Amino acid sequence: MFVGIAIGYLIRARKHLVKIVDRLTMWSIYLLLLLLGIAIGANEVIVKNLPKLGLQALVISIGGVTGSVLLAWLVYYIWIKPKPKENEE
Amino acid sequence: MKNSLIILSFFTVGVFVGLFKLVPDIIIHNDYSQWALYLLMFLVGIGIGADPNSLKTIREFSYRIMLMPLITIAGTTLGVVLVYFLVLKIDFRDALAVGYGFGYYSLSSIFITELRGEELGVVALLANVMREIFTLVAAPILALYFGKLAPISAGGATSMDTTLPIISRSSGKEYAIVSLFHGIVLTILVPLLVLLIIGS
Repeated sequence: MFVGIAIGYLIRARKHLVKIVDRLTMWSIYLLLLLLGIAIGANEVIVKNLPKLGLQALVISIGGVTGSVLLAWLVYYIWIKPKPKENEE
Repeated sequence: MKNSLIILSFFTVGVFVGLFKLVPDIIIHNDYSQWALYLLMFLVGIGIGADPNSLKTIREFSYRIMLMPLITIAGTTLGVVLVYFLVLKIDFRDALAVGYGFGYYSLSSIFITELRGEELGVVALLANVMREIFTLVAAPILALYFGKLAPISAGGATSMDTTLPIISRSSGKEYAIVSLFHGIVLTILVPLLVLLIIGS
């Protein structure tokens, strides 16, 4: 990935190349998820447990989002809401 | 949003193809996905490096904005720890790795599939798709009741692209830059954090 970042930085002026890379990225994501989907559909253990896995996913998702939102709320009130004198540090 | 639908439909088509064994066994039993993943990482890297905004925003911002991704990481960690002790019966590191997808479901599900197998990969895919969808739907409410940073934090890595428009509308344009920066940093960190948690 870091090799990619370096190359991207070097070719950033060439817009058409960047466009091609964007498109390739999308297609490789599509391809990978298609492969993941095939692997899952062919795996009977997973197909049988899909409701259970979905529930786990839901719980983790709720946990992650709730934690993030609450902490962001706290930070917002500490930093921003009491209209701080700009850059008081 | 359109992209998410396309991605999900590719995934769904894949599930049915696998379910009804529509492709030869060679594709199912050989692991092409690892090479496809290397390619993807490389391409994502090029995308980040080539985006003039990504490097500029990272350079320009004060330490408070720098802390924004850390807030999301800490909040997600706390939240996952909490639900883990309440209800979950899977390996703790696995649960945390799923949480560390930060909504970046395409990459994190593929990554986690490689490291831990398809079952956890599915959990990662679903959990992170849910995070994105929730943010898309709830951003205005979050901004109203939980402050303007809340939708950004909820969006996780998606705050740089898919959820950026709704965040910018809900929290205000001045937060779009924060959102962009936050998303870029988390996007870079997703593979690293996932690897750190379950890599060994």
